[in-house]
Amino acid sequence: MKPALKKAYLWLVFTFLYAPILVLVVFSFNASKSRASWEGLSLRWYIELFQDKAIMTALANTVIIAVVSAVAAAIVGTVAAVGIHNLKGWKKSFIMNVTYLPVLNPDIVIGISMMLLFIVVSFPRGLASLIIAHITFGLPYVVISVLPKLAQLDPQIFDAALDLGATPREAYMQVILPQIMPGVFTGFLLAFTMSVDDFVVSFFVTGNGVANLAISIYSMARRGINPKINAVLTLLFAAVAAMMYLIQKRMGKGVAKGAAEELR
Amino acid sequence: MTYETQPAAGHEMIRLVDVHKEFDGETVLDRINLSIAKNEFVTLLGPSGCGKTTTLRIIGGFETPTAGDVLFDGQRINDIPAYQRKVNTVFQRYALFPHLNVYDNIAFGLRIAKKDAKDIREKVTSALELVELRGFEKRSVSSLSGGQQQRVAIARAVVNEPKVLLLDEPLAALDLKLRKEMQLELKNMQKQLGITFVFVTHDQEEALTMSDTVVVMKEGVIHQIGSPISIYNEPRNIFVADFIGESVILPGTYLEHCLVTFAGQKFVCVDTDFAPGESVDVVIRPEDVDITEEPSEGALRLKVTSVVFKGVHYEMLADGEDGQEWMIHSTTMAPEGQIIGVSIKPDNIHLMKKSASLEGAAVQ
Ligand SMILES: Nc1ncnc2c1ncn2[C@@H]1O[C@H](COP(=O)(O)OP(=O)(O)OP(=O)(O)O)[C@@H](O)[C@H]1O
Ligand SMILES: [Mg+2]
Repeated sequence: MKPALKKAYLWLVFTFLYAPILVLVVFSFNASKSRASWEGLSLRWYIELFQDKAIMTALANTVIIAVVSAVAAAIVGTVAAVGIHNLKGWKKSFIMNVTYLPVLNPDIVIGISMMLLFIVVSFPRGLASLIIAHITFGLPYVVISVLPKLAQLDPQIFDAALDLGATPREAYMQVILPQIMPGVFTGFLLAFTMSVDDFVVSFFVTGNGVANLAISIYSMARRGINPKINAVLTLLFAAVAAMMYLIQKRMGKGVAKGAAEELR
Repeated sequence: MTYETQPAAGHEMIRLVDVHKEFDGETVLDRINLSIAKNEFVTLLGPSGCGKTTTLRIIGGFETPTAGDVLFDGQRINDIPAYQRKVNTVFQRYALFPHLNVYDNIAFGLRIAKKDAKDIREKVTSALELVELRGFEKRSVSSLSGGQQQRVAIARAVVNEPKVLLLDEPLAALDLKLRKEMQLELKNMQKQLGITFVFVTHDQEEALTMSDTVVVMKEGVIHQIGSPISIYNEPRNIFVADFIGESVILPGTYLEHCLVTFAGQKFVCVDTDFAPGESVDVVIRPEDVDITEEPSEGALRLKVTSVVFKGVHYEMLADGEDGQEWMIHSTTMAPEGQIIGVSIKPDNIHLMKKSASLEGAAVQ
């Protein structure tokens, strides 16, 4: 392809991907309530947004759920990855596949099965059930990010720590953990982003009126699109974009960057 | 055979008693017995895969023996975990901590032991001096050369003042010149620090140069334990003779007191503990084959088939009338194709029990 054509193609793809978001962002600053006409720049919807108790509660919930579940997933997932790493033969590949499955599993399956589980064991549905569900689907991302870091380690390093008097626990904390930390952090960011982003699973496992942003936006949208939604979505997009930027920086060359370079 | 034949030299630091190790049903160490004295420099020598690293790992506490006991200073330590043993290791590929700089690598053991800050600083500084790495404190270990990394690994181990230092082929990755330097440095360090060294190598020259005692291993069996001189001059069997230095090994028969026949000739020898008529293996070192001035003066006549200049000496291959190939190291050169006469002095003829009795010879 000619360079000019390549460039045009690239712009087409980007337009396709980002035009809707651009419209959303622009209209979140619209002074009027109308969705069709532009009546000047204003922060009106942002101010209204911050005065809306329901949305603010949902935002708080989202942040609490994302932070708690991502931290928990990072800890549990790292320990699990170390366990999987120390397994051998068929057990290792079996456990690894079992761990990866939920990544491919559709959200709707996870959501409904978690809901059923909570009902069966009569676990009260609300913030706690949301956090548990988010830990569950965040966990595999941590395992997937940490395992390659463990595989890269020199196996003698652990022995060297023991040799110098460290207990196995000290060896993990002071020698292994610092070296797999980039993987743990990447896993944490992925789990965090997935949690902020999640609607389907949350929708099924929540109860007692507890809503995260995704759920409350969904219920607001059913009553008609309020420009406040544009504002909150713009903020959400900005937050997720920031997270993705961090993840990409950590993982080196991201997919999008690679594609862009190939087209150039 | 009993173990007592190895003289208990001085204060015993480590003792392996019938140590047996299997991996997935494969025998890797076959009833090893070994005594290591305080301040001794012991080298485990053997071809790749003979179980040297495994022996070291059992002493270090990273593997548990399938059977047998490990004694440390008279105490059985089979069930003591690695981190409680007063032993430190220099690993085969150094295993430095990549997230820590040189100083923090060396200080690791002291910090774990919760020594006070001043103590740590003093000890790390003197360890850095010992390995001549002052000024490298802040460097990241990945920025160091192989030789420097190796010295950090040594400093990281000795700074804890272990009673025993285990070294697993620490010089293998270095080039020849650096390796020779480090051999001397290590040997000096061992004398200076007064630590027992258990050193692993598959380089026989290195083993002979550095050690007080050499342990020759093959396929999980100890074939001989002895001083470098006795291992070289009195190899116990064909394997040891062949593995340590160059040698010509010939079948022979012990005739009577101090008389042996091989290569179709009678030779006077100094060995006496064989029965008349007993079949033996005869070991002759290439440097012990003397070329006579006239072919007729020699006990044997050989035809030179190849000559290679080796620096100090010539290495010649020559065939006997019986077709036996000989290797000769000599400062005088005989050209290819020439018939030469050779003689061998009685005390340069070393006789070994026939290799059929390898098992008997295996345990000293
Ligand atoms: N963890 C293990 N699992 C299974 N087999 C092992 C294990 N460790 C060592 N072995 C086997 O035990 C034998 C001895 O290994 P070891 O590492 O002690 O040899 P080595 O003498 O140190 O050899 P090299 O000179 O190559 O380092 C080898 O056949 C090796 O394959
Ligand atoms: Mg080895």
